[in-house]
This record gives sequence, structure tokens and C-alpha cells, in this order.
Amino acid sequence: MTTAPLEAPLDAHPDAHLGAEPPAGVVTDDVVRRSLHTVLDPELDEPITELGFVRSVRVARGAVDAGATVEVHLRLPTSFCSPNFAYLMASDSKDAISAIPGVGTVIVELDDHHDSGLINAGLAADAGYRGTFRHEAEDSLDELRGTFRRKAHTAAMERCLTGLLRADRDLPEEELGRVRLGDLPAGREKDALLRRRSALGLPGDDGAPVLVDAEGRTYPEEAVPLALRRARSTRISIDGNAHFCRGLLRTRYEGSGTDQAFRPEGSEPADQHGLLNLTVKGPHS
Amino acid sequence: MYSKDGENYFIVDAHIALWDARPENQRNIHGKQFIDCFYDYHRNLSPESEQWTYDEYLYQGGERLMKDLFTDGYVDHAIFQPAYLGEFYHRGFGQTEEAYGLAAANPDRLTYNHCFDPRQGEAGLDQLRADHERMGFQGVKLYTAEWHGESRGYKLSDPWTYRYFEECRKLGIRNIHVHKGPTIRPLDRDAFDVSDVDHAASDFTDLNFIVEHVGLPRLEDFCWIATQEPNVHGGLAVAMPFMHSRPRYFAQIIGELIYWIGEDRIQFSSDYALWTPRWLVERFVDFQIPEDMTEYAQLTTAQKKKILGLNAAKMYGIPVPAELQIPDAAETATGPRQPERADLASAR
Repeated sequence: MTTAPLEAPLDAHPDAHLGAEPPAGVVTDDVVRRSLHTVLDPELDEPITELGFVRSVRVARGAVDAGATVEVHLRLPTSFCSPNFAYLMASDSKDAISAIPGVGTVIVELDDHHDSGLINAGLAADAGYRGTFRHEAEDSLDELRGTFRRKAHTAAMERCLTGLLRADRDLPEEELGRVRLGDLPAGREKDALLRRRSALGLPGDDGAPVLVDAEGRTYPEEAVPLALRRARSTRISIDGNAHFCRGLLRTRYEGSGTDQAFRPEGSEPADQHGLLNLTVKGPHS
Repeated sequence: MYSKDGENYFIVDAHIALWDARPENQRNIHGKQFIDCFYDYHRNLSPESEQWTYDEYLYQGGERLMKDLFTDGYVDHAIFQPAYLGEFYHRGFGQTEEAYGLAAANPDRLTYNHCFDPRQGEAGLDQLRADHERMGFQGVKLYTAEWHGESRGYKLSDPWTYRYFEECRKLGIRNIHVHKGPTIRPLDRDAFDVSDVDHAASDFTDLNFIVEHVGLPRLEDFCWIATQEPNVHGGLAVAMPFMHSRPRYFAQIIGELIYWIGEDRIQFSSDYALWTPRWLVERFVDFQIPEDMTEYAQLTTAQKKKILGLNAAKMYGIPVPAELQIPDAAETATGPRQPERADLASAR
């Protein structure tokens, strides 16, 4: 995959950089990548395609009735990336590709991981998380997924509210508890927040309060500044880790940086020097 | 000691290792992957001038360690925090006898901390008593994601870990350093979860729990726990080199730590030999929160002095010249610190 051109509004059309729509039923590399674009690293809250985790995609056309054979290889920033995250992304990838019309056989392999053998065998056998890790996997992955979904919401909320604070220096922090979705300026940060709210089943109408926990509960006025501070540390963790993982992937696999899309959240001035071909524009400019 | 602009800084490197990751010591592919992962950290986060060759990285030895830390690195005192990793390396990763021997020969410069694994049960408790009898350490480093037979990790809140903490209490081992950072296991839960530190710190209030890598990438969970438990501290291993590669990110980490746990509970470390201390000390003394980050107060010289050495010296009873001492901040034992300073409101 090539880096997303930023002339397109960021986040607005995540697939805009992929090729034109092929005829229905024809499985191409682009179609496969498009489906992989829906697979997120749960911890970093980013598509694996934009992180550079997709190492290769190969489509072999089989007999018309049998459907195409798709083989995808994934790679991660270190051999010791948490195996449950690794499994989750690999199995989500297999599910996403299997759902493409016209696909027959799907082979997803995780390369160079300390549990590659275990995970690849589990995926090939469709053994599921528990079947793959046996005695080590006591719970399902739903709880883990839920944790990161909540964190992604917290971080998106903080970005929007801190944006308001910085735009209006007279706005007291305590007032942030009264901000409604309709008060937020349109843009990619608001869009991102709406997506994360939707994933949690939280309302997305203009009258809904912004500063809410994962269950949609608001905070009493005196608790608002502390809630914002906690949300800020969550956002810092996610942004920092995203850049750490991206950097490690580039260190581990030479040239993999060209497979990574620019991430504006938590970026540093130096990041843009490495991506000279990109022009960074404001949201929806 | 490091001196800059008329200020003197007493330096304690609170987390170092003497490791051997050479191929002849690698027990399996995981031993190679483990050191390769460290080397990627080193290459990714170090300035080009500070990068070592792969061969240099595999093993340093005591002489090189003494030079990197004390001759070149401004360090006044350093503390070994060994990771054993017996499933990956024939003779372990951290070299117990070599490190202990070096510390015994240089007691004014080096402190040896030991390690234990609660999954070794009663036999491990006997070993801990015997080791302590011989080596007399004040602290241990626990690597909860260490592999052990069928198990790929344990928690501080496990009943057997509590048995070991009770033994630490009896022996006078007061400082429990816990690796909570980039990790591998346990599998069935969020592997970076720091909630087990919360349990242990609440039940063993007379022990200090130093969370290495400040829980990254779970900074928020660590901060929340450390805010409530006065015996929880933050070790800056692996966080420090972000000063070079991601200075704004580092500013946010240190800003959050000062806000949540205060200036008296943060400890500097190079995590040698992941990185060498010289450039980290120089850069930290020069470091400042970017002015546009109005949500954080600027770092003071006193805060830097505490972080770079005085906090760890106090915990370990390392003698510090009287003129370099600084009194504790007048901060609450729990709850956020200096909210009136570290706040967007203050910058308006």
C-alpha cells in the first residue's frame, strides 16, 4: 500500500486512496486491502493497513466455482508484541477477507512473531482464540476489545474538548461538562469521536453531552477537570504508543515506512520531514 | 556528578543491567528475538552518534559498564535490576554473579538488586533466603511476563507472590521494582495491566513498588494507581530516550507524572545497556516543556535534581553530599499534585 495522499480530507474517506471500484465479484489486491482497512490494531485504534502491518497480499484466481485464493502476510513492530493483540488482528483479517464475495480460500500468516507457529496453526484450523492458545487463554477477547474501544472513545473526546479550550482561552474547564456534540466544530476530530461513540452505542445527536464515560454517564461539575485530566493521560498513552510502534516497525523492516499513512494525532514536527512528499492541510481544507 | 550552568546534579541510574545475549548463551530463537527487540529499541530511539553495533550490544562486561556509567556517564551510583529469562538463555540474561561481584567490589558506586520468581514455590523461597543471606540486597526486580515452564507470566496479586512479599518484609527487602512496559505475557488479560500493582501496594504498605517504564503504554492506569498509593513510584526506564526521538511526547509524559504522582516519586534510569546514561543526563538537564504546551508547568531545576538522583538515593539510603540535598515538596500523599500549576487554566 502506498501512503495516503493528504489532499483528500483526512479520515473522511478512508478508502479514497485505493484504486477504482473493480467489477463486482472480481477479487483483486485492492479489494483485499480495502477489506483489511476495516481491521484495527485495538490498542492503537488505527487500521493495520495504515500502520504498515500488511506485509503482502497475493490473490490467485481459482476455478470459477471455487473462488479466489487469498494469501496475506502480516508483520508487527517486534517479535514480542502481545500475542493476544497479534491473534486478534490476524483473525480479524481472516474474517474480513472471508467475507469478500468471490473469495474461496483464505490464508493469513503472521510473520516473525514469537508465537507465529502457534497463531498461524490456529488460524489455519479456525481453532479460535481459546483453541489456539489453550490453557493460556482463559477468557475470550471480547473484554480486551471492549477495553480499547472505551479508551479510543476517551482519547477522541479529550482531543475535541482540549481543542475547544485552546480555541477559547476564556472557557473554564468546569464548563466542558455542558458541551454538546452540536457545539463541536465539524472536522476529522469530531468525526472520529462520533465513530467511537457509535461503536459504544452512545448517542450521536447534536444535543448529546460530549464529556461522558463509556456508559454515557456525565460528570458532576466539580469532577469535570479531573475527568479531563484522566482522559488526557489516556490520549497521551495511545498517541505515544502509536508513534513508538510505527517507529519500531520502520526500524525492524527497512522501507516499511512507505506503507504507513501519516498520523496527525501526537505527531511531532520532525515527523513531517520524513514525509516530504506529503502536504499536510488542515481538516477539510 | 554532573554540573551545568553552576548547578550540580547527583546522579543515580536506578535501572541498569549486565547482560549476556551472545549466541552461545541463547537457548532458543526467543533468546535471539529478545535481544533483537532490545536492539531495535536502541536503534529506534537513540541519536545516531550513540548507536552501538549489534556485536557490541550483545555483551558489554564489567569494565565497559564501569566506563560507560562512571567514567563517561556522570553517574554517581547505579542499581542493578536483573531480568533472569532462564527460558531464553542458558545462563540467564542478567548475569547474577558477575553483577553481584562487580557491586561487591564497588560498593560506593553500585547496588545489586536481585530477582525472584514466585512460581518456584517453596524452593524459590529457600533460595531467596539463601541469596539474601549471601548478597544482602534491599530490592528485587520482578519480570512478571517471564516464561516459566507452561506458564508465560504471573501477577503481583497471585497468592504465591504474596508469600514472597511476606518473606521480603521479614528479610528487609523493601524495594520491589516491577517491569510494566513493553511486554509479552500473560496472555489472557491485557498484558500491560498494572492493576496487580494496586492490589499489592495496598496490602504491603511498608514496601515500595517502583513501576519501571511508568506503565507505558498504560500511563493513565499507572498514574491513577500511583495517585492513590503513596508507596508507588515511577521508573523512567525506556521513557527517557524519547527526549531525542519524540521530545513533545516525553514532555507530556513527564508533565503527567509531575501532575499525578509528584516530583518526589520519579526515578531516572538509562536502562543500561539499552542506552548509555551520558547523553540522557545531558539532555534531561537541558530539557524543557515546550512553551505551547500550556497544560503543563515548566520543569524546575529542583525537580530535575530529584528525578536524576535524589529520589532513588533516598529510597536506597545512598549518601548524598549535604550541599546537594533538597527537601521534599510540600505535596499531598495522595491525589493530583499542584493542580493549580499544571492546568490549562494557569496559562491564561
